[in-house]
Amino acid sequence: MKNYCVYIAGVGGQGVVRTSVIIGLACVKKGVGIVMSEIHGMAQRGGSVPAEMKIGDAYSPIIEQGGTDLLISFEPAESLRAMNKLSKDTVAVVNTRPIVPVTVALGTSMYLDPQAYIDELKTKLKKVVVLDAESIALEAGNVLSLNMVMLGAAAATPGFPLEKEFLVAAMKDNLPARAMDANLRAFDMGFQQATKDLQ
Amino acid sequence: MSDILTAESGSKLYLLGNEAVVRGALENGISVAATYPGTPSSEIGDTFMDVAKDAGMYFEFSANEKVALEVAAAAAASGLRSFVWMKHVGLNVASDSFMSIAYTKIRAGMVVLTADDPSCWSSQNEQDNRWYARLGNTPVLEPSSPQEMHDLMKYAYEISEKSELPVLMRTTTRISHMRGVVTVGPVNVGKRKGEFEKDATRFPILPAIAYVAHKRIIATLAELAKDADASPWNKVYKRGGKLGIITSGPTFNYAMDVVDEYDLKADVLKLTYTYPFPEQTVLNFLKDHETILVAEEVDPIMEKEVLAILGKYGLQRKIYGKLDGTMPMPYEFSPDILKAGISKALGVTLPEKAAATSGLTLPARPPVWCAGCPHRATFYAAKKAVEHLGIKNAVFPADIGCYSLSAAAPYRMGDYCLSMGSSVGLANGIDAATDQKVMAFIGDSTFFHSGMPAVVNAVHGDHKIVIVVLDNRITAMTGGQPNPGMPMNGMGEVAPEISIEQIVKAMGVGFVKTVDPANLAATQAVMEEALQFDGVAAVISKHPCVMIKTEEKSEKSTRQKLIFTVDKEKCDECMVCVTQFSCPAMFIDKDGKVAIDAEQCNGCAVCVQVCPQKAFRVRR
Ligand SMILES: Cc1ncc(C[n+]2csc(CCOP(=O)(O)OP(=O)(O)O)c2C)c(N)n1
Ligand code: SF4
Repeated sequence: MKNYCVYIAGVGGQGVVRTSVIIGLACVKKGVGIVMSEIHGMAQRGGSVPAEMKIGDAYSPIIEQGGTDLLISFEPAESLRAMNKLSKDTVAVVNTRPIVPVTVALGTSMYLDPQAYIDELKTKLKKVVVLDAESIALEAGNVLSLNMVMLGAAAATPGFPLEKEFLVAAMKDNLPARAMDANLRAFDMGFQQATKDLQ
Repeated sequence: MSDILTAESGSKLYLLGNEAVVRGALENGISVAATYPGTPSSEIGDTFMDVAKDAGMYFEFSANEKVALEVAAAAAASGLRSFVWMKHVGLNVASDSFMSIAYTKIRAGMVVLTADDPSCWSSQNEQDNRWYARLGNTPVLEPSSPQEMHDLMKYAYEISEKSELPVLMRTTTRISHMRGVVTVGPVNVGKRKGEFEKDATRFPILPAIAYVAHKRIIATLAELAKDADASPWNKVYKRGGKLGIITSGPTFNYAMDVVDEYDLKADVLKLTYTYPFPEQTVLNFLKDHETILVAEEVDPIMEKEVLAILGKYGLQRKIYGKLDGTMPMPYEFSPDILKAGISKALGVTLPEKAAATSGLTLPARPPVWCAGCPHRATFYAAKKAVEHLGIKNAVFPADIGCYSLSAAAPYRMGDYCLSMGSSVGLANGIDAATDQKVMAFIGDSTFFHSGMPAVVNAVHGDHKIVIVVLDNRITAMTGGQPNPGMPMNGMGEVAPEISIEQIVKAMGVGFVKTVDPANLAATQAVMEEALQFDGVAAVISKHPCVMIKTEEKSEKSTRQKLIFTVDKEKCDECMVCVTQFSCPAMFIDKDGKVAIDAEQCNGCAVCVQVCPQKAFRVRR
């Protein structure tokens, strides 16, 4: 099988690692190969948190230049952070809610209107699904389910190699039982929103 | 209970390399494990903390890496299999004892894992700890995946017991923090207690003993060299080509992905048992290939071994690697870097996938202190104290921990740091070498790790320095492990809490005061007293890290945290809060006034004390 490469971008505390672990567990449940790379430590204190993974039979999880099939970005500006790993064949799922770093208030950085980052992505990639994952998560019952909204949306994109049953089974293994209902709702709402968007 | 301990033999788990190695230890008779946390090795300790008690083994977070290594060495000398791990620079701390273990030998298997950090993801350097094997006379294994981190524990203990030497396992960030599918075997934990049988001919390591021992070590390593040559772990992946790639660790993965993706005619020699260097295996591989690429992170260690073999056997081969500039010398590799190296060695141009590009400049997003972090308030108060006293050109050596971030804007303190524990030593030196006032900042965990000798030095040397101990009640930077200042140990049991205040008093520090940095004015006042004290002054700034509070909160959800907001009428846009205090929960709203992100606010209430207009208030 050709490897399917997923790049997940976000900011410390948004659930990037958790989301990628669920995707990986779903691969194990389906019986497909998975390797993933995460960065811990310094980067976690509000810094950029990238995770990259290859589903298939790769040795290394590190994605080649232009090699990303799916970008899941939890934050608009972060979606452009690894631009050289994206290409015009990449599909992206992007959350609209910005997290403005302190460097902006300090005057050492600029944060544009979040739409500018999303527009840039739209001109460069094949397809970009845009969603306000935070509002959807709130509607689903728990703002902490933001990452499951993103996962649901990702699952709706063409070419995504994991069926819902495997993802849900992985969620059940990895998320607290009491939050399960909200998480499942969040997943479904993300899935539906993306499906609509993709039509 | 954790899967890592309970999963049945044959199960496929999805594990981080750092988790897989714990399962590997649990399957192979581990009895005693010890560490001092450090990225990228920390999750090994976090995982042992979860399972050690249930597994019936012993685990501790030691005060520093040297103690951890000594705990493991003594266990292995007492006939128990042991495991000790640390980040690469941790081995510098442990190195003094590490150098002697090969001389004294051990009785049961001992594995020392070093997690190197090419590209300095979370470290002060990218030193290559394979050198330590050569200095310390220990065999080296280099895994390439979580499965191999798991499987190599068995092999490592076998090598260790056969040779009576510790085995050094070298991982890197990309292996320790790689997640993959791991097939596990049956758990088989070792016995809890052994016995230290005295042997005056080896353990006291007197000069006469060491003199004899060194000769024996050389013979042992020569034996091991044969094993390395016969090792099934050093293996050729044949694709039938004239180019041979010699590689190890994460670089093996990149090489294989490139060779497979482009269907290249190149054979890959994966070396896993890399010291003693498998000379015959490599010689045969050299003979079989016209051109060789040596690909390794960080230093050209294998490459020089290869050149030595060519010289020794009078063989001519073109060697591509770091020394001829084909492969970059610093930083971690990637599939793209391997692709470039392999193309050059093959003399072909491989197709490039057009990457997307963007002209937009992205906002810098460096790591910052959490909202509500006590360090921010401590540095704020210290800065105000120095300013208020009109002290010019003060120097602020800050140690390694979350407070290292004091070097960033807007604080720009953290002037000088070399290693853990260095802040106080450097303060001694600045006091001796200049007339500048010096204030050293050191965390609780770092104080216990390596800060104490320099405090003794300051008192004995009559240095006029201020030492600020940032006691946030945890080892925060590495993910929140317990330390000797806390009433808990690595097994999760209640343990005696050690008082930093009593220690510095006992060391003879003349001025010792404990403050709560959440009270800015009181903290500033004590800092001013300390700065004016004629002698060594210690200020212990004690307030828990927000990580601890979050845990408490989830347990007692009844105690709601306070969340602050800004009274827009009062805010006059002076921006003191965002440009001087700088909390990530604060942002500038569309109306130009400061606002607070309720999601991030941890309710520390320090902003209330910072704002000249008293514009911050509790949100109702
Ligand atoms: C020799 C060595 N061991 C371990 C580390 C990893 N490390 C970096 S910061 C840190 C924790 C320091 O804890 P503390 O001093 O209490 O500061 P905090 O992060 O809690 O603010 C550790 C263990 C290191 N850099 N060097
Ligand atoms: S983890 Fe704790 S010590 Fe580190 S920045 Fe956050 S609050 Fe501060």
